[in-house]
Amino acid sequence: MQEQELIPHLFRTEYRKIISVLCKHFGMEHLEMTEDMVSDTFLLAAETWGLKGLPKNPTGWLYTVSKNKILDVLKHDKLFQQKIVPELMHDQTGIIEKEIDWSVQNINDSQLQMMFAICHPCISAEAQIGLALNILCGFGVEEIADAFLSNKETIYKRLARAKEKLKSEKIKIELPAQKEINQRLETVLTTLYLLFSEGYYSTSQNTTLRQELCVEAMRLNLMLIQNQLTNIPSANALMSLMCFHSSRFDARINSNGEIVLYEDQDENLWNRELIQNGEYYLNQASTGKSLSKFHLEAAIAYWHTQKKETKEKWENILQLYNRLLQIEYSPMAALNRTYALSKANGKADAIKEAEKLNLSENHLYHSLLGNLYTGIDNTKAINHLQTALSLAKTSADKSVLASNIAALKTEIEK
Amino acid sequence: MKEFLLIFRREAALKDSQLSPEQMQSMMKPWQDWIGSIAAQNKLTSPGNRLDSEGRVVKPNNIITNGPYAEIKEAIGGYIIVKAGSLDEATALAKDCPIFSVGGSVEVRCIVPMEETN
Repeated sequence: MQEQELIPHLFRTEYRKIISVLCKHFGMEHLEMTEDMVSDTFLLAAETWGLKGLPKNPTGWLYTVSKNKILDVLKHDKLFQQKIVPELMHDQTGIIEKEIDWSVQNINDSQLQMMFAICHPCISAEAQIGLALNILCGFGVEEIADAFLSNKETIYKRLARAKEKLKSEKIKIELPAQKEINQRLETVLTTLYLLFSEGYYSTSQNTTLRQELCVEAMRLNLMLIQNQLTNIPSANALMSLMCFHSSRFDARINSNGEIVLYEDQDENLWNRELIQNGEYYLNQASTGKSLSKFHLEAAIAYWHTQKKETKEKWENILQLYNRLLQIEYSPMAALNRTYALSKANGKADAIKEAEKLNLSENHLYHSLLGNLYTGIDNTKAINHLQTALSLAKTSADKSVLASNIAALKTEIEK
Repeated sequence: MKEFLLIFRREAALKDSQLSPEQMQSMMKPWQDWIGSIAAQNKLTSPGNRLDSEGRVVKPNNIITNGPYAEIKEAIGGYIIVKAGSLDEATALAKDCPIFSVGGSVEVRCIVPMEETN
């Protein structure tokens, strides 16, 4: 690997490991200082490796320099010197003398424990995603603001408040007790799901960034699966869902960065390997008694990897949406269910059902009705598409709708 | 929004155990489509439960009989809980219930919230 690629690569792979290990060692109260020192270390690497040549063991260099920088700060911290060091001197486990454990085992454990700390119930869901991006994925405030379509100040405040909360609540970097683990895992999985969705569905124009969010969510999910304690069926179901969705990443955006609708996608651009991985994890998820929403969503995503339009496909998708909605309502699931209904039971049924949905403020609702009325009542279809166009927010959505309206108008004039 | 219990009654003699898996499957689809429709309107509070046809009735003086069927022709086959703005709206949800295809009926009852019972 070229040196200019090496540092960003190491930043992606090592940043969270160093933060997790050092933060666990020195304590959550030094989180922000630890983050600063690790960032400084990467900066120093960027400045010196080019001039002096690569160290023999770049990863080891990063670990040692980060650790030394933190120790330096701690030694110069007056309060730390006067109040804490004397106590540590008597304490056999004093954090200053104690060697830092850089074993693979401890690196993995620390990252997993950090994940649980960040997803602590005392932190709001959106702050959890922000923290995960910031601490576990090394994303800066600007990148997070871009992903959330928010501004830097809001994100900065959100992260600062959440970090303050981690400190004031004295959240420890450790795995929850065995009996709590499943319940706490739910929050962790939801955060990873939102992290992935943020990348997959975000309207941010930055395609590379969006793809990276998805990859990071999958990396963190894989960590859960690789640990015996956290390798539960719903974690596998979520992984399966992410594999199926990301298999279409290249097919769903064209060279101009515009969304390509599922029906218009080039199947050859679907990533076969990811589809196979998705099937593998879906099988792994099919143990135990509980059926999570991730299982249902993964199964829906599985059927979408079958491009062939069969009665069986849409009947299965419809039944999966029926069950998903019974677990958790969302406008998106309600709209998708109605689309599946049109494919499985016919457009007449679907129009009747769509009109009950009470989602008239949603542009996708009108897009759906426009689609359902096409060929049945084209004037009504155009009206709905025009309402959708007036409600749509992104230029990608607007251009798809405008071209649909134009096509229908030509159809009517024939 | 108020909550309503939808109680499904049907002919007591009808037993699920007499149905083949295929018949069960084709019976389930209209039910799942109907409950899915209520859920898609964000009006489902609980998908409830189906009840087995077997049951006992316990009466004062330790009198126990098999099932409620001796006295009434229809038995409760299951229930769901929906949320709706009014009894009329809840009744409208019940109109598409698949129970009617087997000659059954739906009873729609408003659930009294806990705090109002005192």
